Amino acid sequence: MSDSTTSYNPVRYLTEDSRPIYLHYGEDFLTHKFPAGTRVVYANKPMKPIDNQGAAIRYALNHPEGDVKPLYAQLKPGMKVTIAIDDISVPLPPMKTPDIRQKVLEIVLQMLADHGVEDVEMVVALALHRRMTGSEIKRMVGPEIFNEYYPERLYNMDAEDEDNMVFLGETDHGEKVQIVRRAAESDLLIYVNVNYVPMNGGFKSIGTGLSGYQSIQYHHNPQTILKSDSYMDPKNSALYNSNERMGRMINEKLNVFHIETALNNKMYDDQLQFLADPEDDWSAADELKFKSMQWTLKKLPRAAKRNFFHKVPADYGLVGVFAGATEAVHEKTLEKCWQQHAVPVEGQSDVVVWGIPFESPYNVNSIMNPLLVRVMALGYFFNMYRGKPIVKKGGTLIITHPCYDQFDPDHHPSYIEFFNRCLPETRCSKTLGKRWEKEFAENPNYIEMFRRGNAYHGVHPFYMWYWAENGQHHVGRVIVVGAENDHVPARMGWLSAKTMDEALEMAAEHHGPDHDLTVMHHPPFVIADVR
Amino acid sequence: METLSDTRRTAAFYDVDGTLIRTNVVHAYAYYAINSPAMGDKIGKTAGLLASLPLYWIADKFDRRVFNEAFYKNYAGFTEDRLVLIGEEIFEKVIKPNIFKGAFSLVDRSKRQGHDQILVTGALDVITKPLADFLGCKDFVANRLEIKEGKATGRLLKPMIAGANKALWVRRYAEEHGYDLDRSFAYADSGSDIPLLSVVGNPCAINPDFKMRTTARAYDWPVLNLD
Repeated sequence: MSDSTTSYNPVRYLTEDSRPIYLHYGEDFLTHKFPAGTRVVYANKPMKPIDNQGAAIRYALNHPEGDVKPLYAQLKPGMKVTIAIDDISVPLPPMKTPDIRQKVLEIVLQMLADHGVEDVEMVVALALHRRMTGSEIKRMVGPEIFNEYYPERLYNMDAEDEDNMVFLGETDHGEKVQIVRRAAESDLLIYVNVNYVPMNGGFKSIGTGLSGYQSIQYHHNPQTILKSDSYMDPKNSALYNSNERMGRMINEKLNVFHIETALNNKMYDDQLQFLADPEDDWSAADELKFKSMQWTLKKLPRAAKRNFFHKVPADYGLVGVFAGATEAVHEKTLEKCWQQHAVPVEGQSDVVVWGIPFESPYNVNSIMNPLLVRVMALGYFFNMYRGKPIVKKGGTLIITHPCYDQFDPDHHPSYIEFFNRCLPETRCSKTLGKRWEKEFAENPNYIEMFRRGNAYHGVHPFYMWYWAENGQHHVGRVIVVGAENDHVPARMGWLSAKTMDEALEMAAEHHGPDHDLTVMHHPPFVIADVR
Repeated sequence: METLSDTRRTAAFYDVDGTLIRTNVVHAYAYYAINSPAMGDKIGKTAGLLASLPLYWIADKFDRRVFNEAFYKNYAGFTEDRLVLIGEEIFEKVIKPNIFKGAFSLVDRSKRQGHDQILVTGALDVITKPLADFLGCKDFVANRLEIKEGKATGRLLKPMIAGANKALWVRRYAEEHGYDLDRSFAYADSGSDIPLLSVVGNPCAINPDFKMRTTARAYDWPVLNLD
């Protein structure tokens, strides 16, 4: 493991002798020998993790960023404290235990107990995400905390429980700020964040995380999304700006103490770490391992592959922990994020290739349905840039995924209706929003499934559709390679190709033979710093 | 442009037993039998009920109408006013404590969405009415006992509300009262109520049995587990 500052070059240009490149293809891998001259952008090497996590966390709590007192100095017996925690959507895949949230909570809870603070509740900041199951929460916080606090003092928030949500006021842009009542009525609100992309953390943690539909609708809409020039670049993200306005109001009214943790990008354990490396750097043993993995996966039924992948946690290391005032903390976290993920890239490309993996933030322990495939391509991967998108305006995206027409009826019930009822009518975000968003958001069935089951909120598929609005407006076309049916790509408005060669030919027909071609080798995530 | 469907009313139709409450008509009748004032009567009715339970179970699985016909014979000889009193008592002591917690918020949300709340149940009207009042339902349809000379005969008046008849009733009701079924909702737990869910645009299986669950999964109906 080495720092990203070493001589390793994550941007490669393929030669005639280069090995084939592998691409994620849902629960499988595809390999393709791209033409000489193709640019391939890999992730930086994982940054060296902090060895003594406990010491780093304690140091951060005792030496806060910004103009706030250390955590211990804010504590007194009899006070009411709420700790909000990021949910299972981060990090991806879930990290090996102990999860960094457990490490932070163990130290914070001990500190609270040492200072006589007994009225403590922990709330998972779900916003409109699905409720985490008991076993998922247990895995996240560790068995000791779970056994002591769950479910009375450690629980999922319920954004549709009107008695337990309050409005704090309106921002100068007319955005109504809603938050979990317990958090609003506490003497101290501590937020425990896990950060591995710059889009998360900061004002978004509370502004979105502890809020519900009544508040989130002010920034999760097509207009705001279109004004966001990369979600990963907070300064140019209208989405983040809205959260910032809301967050500032919250911080004026509440005593907030942020704890942010930055992770490195070590997504694979040592045995599989070669998957993050350039194929041309692989040893013969790595190549053999890859081929046997690919062969085995091909033989397994999809459900088995899915289960297998969901059971393999990531080997992330902690590279930074900061505590204190929201902005000052987040600034430090962002520095670490950029240091880990940003890869300088010279110039945009006409054609960009992405392999879509088995998992997104919204299908942990579930199915990557067609809407999530789209949001992964046009919402997440497209936005992994600072400065300019990696693909030129009007360019071509080539993605690889089977595009199976499968949805998880327990996690994504409203997605099914959205896909089958709304999308055949229109793909226009504004029209979709205007005609159906409110109906879905207020559908009593979806609200009950959200509150008592493990379903995403009824409005969530709309947010997924809006989330891809930037990418959709920017690119000229999307070609999906290897779709197992015609109707999913057609409903998305995508072109289909049976093979990568066919897709590259289709792109060449449009852009001419001299087009630029870049393969973005996700995951681990790469944020292209395009110059 | 406002269309006809935008101006028509919408409703939420609920099956009751197993859907909104965790009890059923057998449970309700058992309450009466066990609490009968005449001891001899009590023992006889309770023992009779217990002995008949397997038969009822088989009848219910075979056909809900067969079950109803067999079961309602237990009410033969009850006077009309006594049935009303029993209904109120059963509601207070048996039904009310067994309403699913989630049912309140479901009904409440639905009301705030502007849907009229309507119960469609194979239970007796005398038991259903207090429940409908309690939940603030606009209307209900339930089975009614045939009354002759002031006493129940143990037979149900036709049409019996069960299975496909519930769906038929909902269709007619919607036609007569101007409801838009495409935008309406229906909730049920049992495979025998699949026709009921099939007539609305927004069906939802609640605490489904095997048959209902497999159908709901096949048709992508939402499945809710209330407790």
